Amino acid sequence: MSTPVTSVTIESLTEACNDRLGATHVEAKDISGGCGQNFELKIVSPMFEGKTTLQKHRMVNEALKDQIALVHAFSQKSFTPAQWEALQQ
Amino acid sequence: MNFLRTASSLALRPSGHILTRRTALPATAFAVRYLSDSTKKTIEDAITRNKLVVFMKGTPDAPQCGFSRAVMQILTVQGVDMQNSLKSFNILADEELRSGIKEYSSWPTIPQVYVNGEFVGGCDIMLSMHQSGELEKLLLKEGLVEPEAEENPRA
Repeated sequence: MSTPVTSVTIESLTEACNDRLGATHVEAKDISGGCGQNFELKIVSPMFEGKTTLQKHRMVNEALKDQIALVHAFSQKSFTPAQWEALQQ
Repeated sequence: MNFLRTASSLALRPSGHILTRRTALPATAFAVRYLSDSTKKTIEDAITRNKLVVFMKGTPDAPQCGFSRAVMQILTVQGVDMQNSLKSFNILADEELRSGIKEYSSWPTIPQVYVNGEFVGGCDIMLSMHQSGELEKLLLKEGLVEPEAEENPRA
């Protein structure tokens, strides 16, 4: 287990996605306008393969549980590498 | 922690019954449980008796959060009869429900949408299902929207 999170940053979210979800690509954005309470995340991971949207979101919620609890708002989009690839076209 | 446990079991030693219940406490003390039986029943009754239930901040007419507002807009655009087909709960008016629904759904955020007793998702999922057409399919299947009338080109 990593050390307990006391504040949520783009770095801490990205790190958790890399560590716990095996993310190959993470785009974390602070959309709070300064208060650091509202984040938007795009996560690409092969672990999402074959999962429904709800299952993917639940995986992300679980992996980022301690951090989501600290912020006011949190929005996520999760992709498999193939889905992400297709979006970049 | 050990000190606490010893202290509380000492204090409660006279009653064996309470002692057993108390000793079980430290294990759950960290994962605080918010979901009381009555809240659980409220939630279960709501989602089994109504085809479409949204736990939200504010009311459909006056959502108190952008995410809740977005879900209301999506349902409106889909053609759901917001007066008669939607059952909504304002979790801002009920602190127990606010924490209880998060635990019940194992979902950390509000709004939360239930269709036919099943958790569908929050705002992100509703938006992506709206865009992909999945939501329309689901709402049609559950009779929450009418199939679109066949297009009759006007003569």
